[in-house]
Amino acid sequence: MAQKLVIIGAGMASGRMLEHLFEASPGAFDVTLFGSEPRGNYNRIMLSPVLAGEKTYEQIVTHDADWYASHGVTCRFGETVTKIDRKEKVIFTAKGATPYDKLVVATGSAPFIIPIAGKDLPGVRAFRDLDDVDAMVAAAGKPNAKAVVIGGGLLGLEAAAALRLRGMEVVVLHLMGHLMERQLDPAAGYLLQKELESRGIKVHCKAQTTAILGKDRVEAVGLDDGTVYPADIVVMAVGIRPEVRVATDAGLYVERGIVVNDQMVSSDPDILAVGECVEHERICYGLVAPLYDMAKVAAKTLLKQDAAFRPVETATQLKVTGVSLYSAGDFADGEDRQEIVLRDASAGIYKRLVLKENRILGAVLYGETGDGAWFFDMLRKGTDVSDMRETLIFGQAYQGGSPLDPMAAVAALPDDAEICGCNGVCKSKIVGTITEKGLTSLDDVRAHTKASASCGSCTGLVEQLMKLTLGDSYNPAAVTPMCTCTDLGHDDVRRLIKAKGLKTIPAVMQELEWKTSCGCAKCRPALNYYLVCDWPDEYADDYQSRYINERVHANIQKDGTYSVVPRMWGGVTNAKELRAIADVVDKFNVPLVKVTGGQRIDLLGIEKEDLPAVWADLGQAGFVSGQAYAKGLRTVKTCVGSDWCRFGTQDSTGLGIRIEKFMWGSWTPAKLKLAVSGCPRNCAEATCKDIGVICVDSGFEIHFAGAAGLDIKGTDKLGLVGTEDEALEVIVALTQMYREQARYLERIYKWAKRVGHDEIRRQVLDDKERRKAFYDRFVFSQKFAQVDPWSERVSGKDKHEFKPMATVEYAGA
Amino acid sequence: MDMNWIEIGDLSDIPLRGARCVKTPQGKIAVFRTAENDVFAIEDHCPHKGGPLSQGIVHGRAVTCPLHNWVISLETGKALGADEGAVRTIPVRNEGGKLSIALENLMLAAAE
Ligand SMILES: Cc1cc2nc3c(=O)[nH]c(=O)nc-3n(C[C@H](O)[C@H](O)[C@H](O)COP(=O)(O)OP(=O)(O)OC[C@H]3O[C@@H](n4cnc5c(N)ncnc54)[C@H](O)[C@@H]3O)c2cc1C
Ligand code: HEM
Ligand code: SF4
Ligand code: SF4
Ligand code: FES
Repeated sequence: MAQKLVIIGAGMASGRMLEHLFEASPGAFDVTLFGSEPRGNYNRIMLSPVLAGEKTYEQIVTHDADWYASHGVTCRFGETVTKIDRKEKVIFTAKGATPYDKLVVATGSAPFIIPIAGKDLPGVRAFRDLDDVDAMVAAAGKPNAKAVVIGGGLLGLEAAAALRLRGMEVVVLHLMGHLMERQLDPAAGYLLQKELESRGIKVHCKAQTTAILGKDRVEAVGLDDGTVYPADIVVMAVGIRPEVRVATDAGLYVERGIVVNDQMVSSDPDILAVGECVEHERICYGLVAPLYDMAKVAAKTLLKQDAAFRPVETATQLKVTGVSLYSAGDFADGEDRQEIVLRDASAGIYKRLVLKENRILGAVLYGETGDGAWFFDMLRKGTDVSDMRETLIFGQAYQGGSPLDPMAAVAALPDDAEICGCNGVCKSKIVGTITEKGLTSLDDVRAHTKASASCGSCTGLVEQLMKLTLGDSYNPAAVTPMCTCTDLGHDDVRRLIKAKGLKTIPAVMQELEWKTSCGCAKCRPALNYYLVCDWPDEYADDYQSRYINERVHANIQKDGTYSVVPRMWGGVTNAKELRAIADVVDKFNVPLVKVTGGQRIDLLGIEKEDLPAVWADLGQAGFVSGQAYAKGLRTVKTCVGSDWCRFGTQDSTGLGIRIEKFMWGSWTPAKLKLAVSGCPRNCAEATCKDIGVICVDSGFEIHFAGAAGLDIKGTDKLGLVGTEDEALEVIVALTQMYREQARYLERIYKWAKRVGHDEIRRQVLDDKERRKAFYDRFVFSQKFAQVDPWSERVSGKDKHEFKPMATVEYAGA
Repeated sequence: MDMNWIEIGDLSDIPLRGARCVKTPQGKIAVFRTAENDVFAIEDHCPHKGGPLSQGIVHGRAVTCPLHNWVISLETGKALGADEGAVRTIPVRNEGGKLSIALENLMLAAAE
């Protein structure tokens, strides 16, 4: 009969141990798995991206119900083991006793909670499990929510950055003089602090927290210098200690952690321990790589095979999108140690190596972490670096001649270089498995080698290895790249433009490692739009990166002539305007005059060279460009509304004109068409527009995300507002949110489907503060956008566009 | 065949990563200036449906047609990628910023 194996703790270490166990010897044990959390094993490391909203919980589950069922694991999730009776060999939970033949303790760590007043108030959380994340996400959902994070180490900063991404106001309180003092020196800590502050995170160092204040739940945090920070949630990330209570009570030998030998066996031969709760040779670990080694050893020990766990060096990265920070090894000062430091403040780069007897003991890289794997490899092997000491800090590329490109650098890594630190997977293992098993996708490589399957920060390296092994047949499928000039998708590029403060197309291409010298007709217009949108005051629009229609402010037709559509605000015109149009038609022999679908008049068949003269005449009559060519605000259609119509409830014409005058000139990811109808009879067809308004007696119904092109789709109702002013503010905020978040050429309805209509409603309707912020940013950018392009060109701008460079004729003609 | 070099203007008349066109009795010619300041001239007439290539976006040594996004090599005049077709290339000379193109007819002279 199979032996009874009981496991306490369904965490990262025990999950990995079970995998090894079932792989080597399925059916050898009858497994019962206890876990305090009401769920199975998941990838705890990835809680930071879940908190940031970059991943969902479902994406980080490592073992699901099917997996447990297929391996016959009895799951007892949501049950805490309270007692081990070693004599009878049973364990107890609130539901009763369970006997074991072998027991594995994998209880992980408990977050350290500083013993101050108010620490038990609701709203004070650690950052350890999914419940903590859920509590923080719930707090972030409140308008104008504030978070205080206590602790400026890796965990605290990941929490702070994630909460900030969720839109909270975040303060980080750190006891020491600078952030991450264990890894960084003061100057580098300052670089990091500046980076975080530029994202809107406040950092308060030398902060001695004295009390957490609040009546029924947390309201603020007080410091000894008298500062008080208001808080809807407080996150304690000041450290962890091994969770050993149940082991101590059972009389096992426990120091800081449960003491084990090289075979992971505790002082009781039938009880093993793995994970963060363990102490081995006086060391307790807090990163997954060594825990995975332990899991492997424990599985072998259970199967009576030989194996020994040996202390390992650990390396880690700060998982904050857009910040690169890598640290490995030991940084403590010492008489016999030397440091090599490289600083380049303007590039935001800091590198520090700690050496002892010409061997690397520790490495910290900030801003540029590409050489992390190389340094770590030498650190683990104890490579003597005296030959390259002078240039060591500049990285691998500087050793031996010309700088290498990233691919070559990966190619140059030795076969046993560690690629995935979390899972201890080396280069040859990855390359070997790819060839042997014929793997073609990143997911396959993750499944077979575990490389890049935990924290994911080595994904780039793994992909480079795949490329190296598979050649051009490999193309990463995770995100659809913008175009063939880059592997990054639109969302990554938008995020990085903001995060890295990139303000020109060349800067984007340089920093994000574009593969072509100057892009292509797909990425350049997209980048130009993103930069116009993100830096309205600083970015100089690059006309050579705009489609011809936007470059010459007219619509190109199939014969190479252009059409001209002047604005008629809200579709309203008068005799003077019509007369001016008639005169232009006569003067320039315009072949076709047509009423457009957007309630205005189109003059078609105009030669490019005539455009400035046509515009000049139209401008005389007060016309401006209708931007019928733009990825930007096109038209606001209206009906006659309460001024004329017997059904009208509000002045729909007036509101439409007001919106159009407010919003004209703005660039958007794709074209943007609006309409305002005076009552639900909806004569202006507002319910198939990007944004529509239906006036009703009680106010204005705002609709959005309609389509009437290749796809047909009715709008969804965003909500009802009472006044014209409010209607305008909501419409503008919605537009700005779309401008900031959508991918280039993505219509509002596609973007909305991706983001979720509820989320949009929350941000631009319910959360008034955020709505106002969107509105203000739109108003700011309009200062630079509301320039009539036609009159600019009539007065000479871009003259070259409208004239041939030369005209060659027959000699003497 | 006789080559007749005709001055058409200055390099600086063309925007970087841009194009201008030259009208000739043989049709319009598009003159391109790349990001690296290389100059090319090809017929201003897309092999697909005649789109004005001088109005497209210039990238690397290619231009994307404004009508249906064919990509045409400025060096060879050939359509790149999956599309097939070619336009005539015209010899250009850049002498210290002064640009000339060569046309195959002695009867031509620049006006303007
Ligand atoms: C937000 C975050 C980010 C991290 N990022 C990284 C990173 O980038 N790189 C890295 O290497 N490491 C990282 N870590 C650390 C890593 O997650 C831990 O080292 C790892 O999860 C420890 O595994 P474990 O199995 O020992 O413990 P855990 O994964 O914590 O599992 C222990 C489980 O046991 C349960 N338990 C405890 N006591 C009992 C009991 N008496 N009865 C029943 N169940 C019990 C607990 O509820 C828990 O579910 C991060 C941790 C966090 C929280
Ligand atoms: C090269 C392609 C296109 C050209 C030249 C073109 C041109 C125009 C013009 C000039 C108008 C009048 C708009 C105004 O007054 O500003 C118009 C209206 C319109 N176009 Fe296009 N268009 C093109 C592609 C499309 C596509 C792809 C769609 C669908 C996705 C579309 C859907 C519409 C609709 C629905 C209207 C009517 C607007 C309204 O009723 O409010 N068009 N088009
Ligand atoms: S939508 Fe209503 S108010 Fe407007 S014209 Fe039609 S019936 Fe009249
Ligand atoms: S419906 Fe089609 S053919 Fe007609 S104008 Fe629009 S894009 Fe051109
Ligand atoms: S005419 Fe150039 S792509 Fe169609």
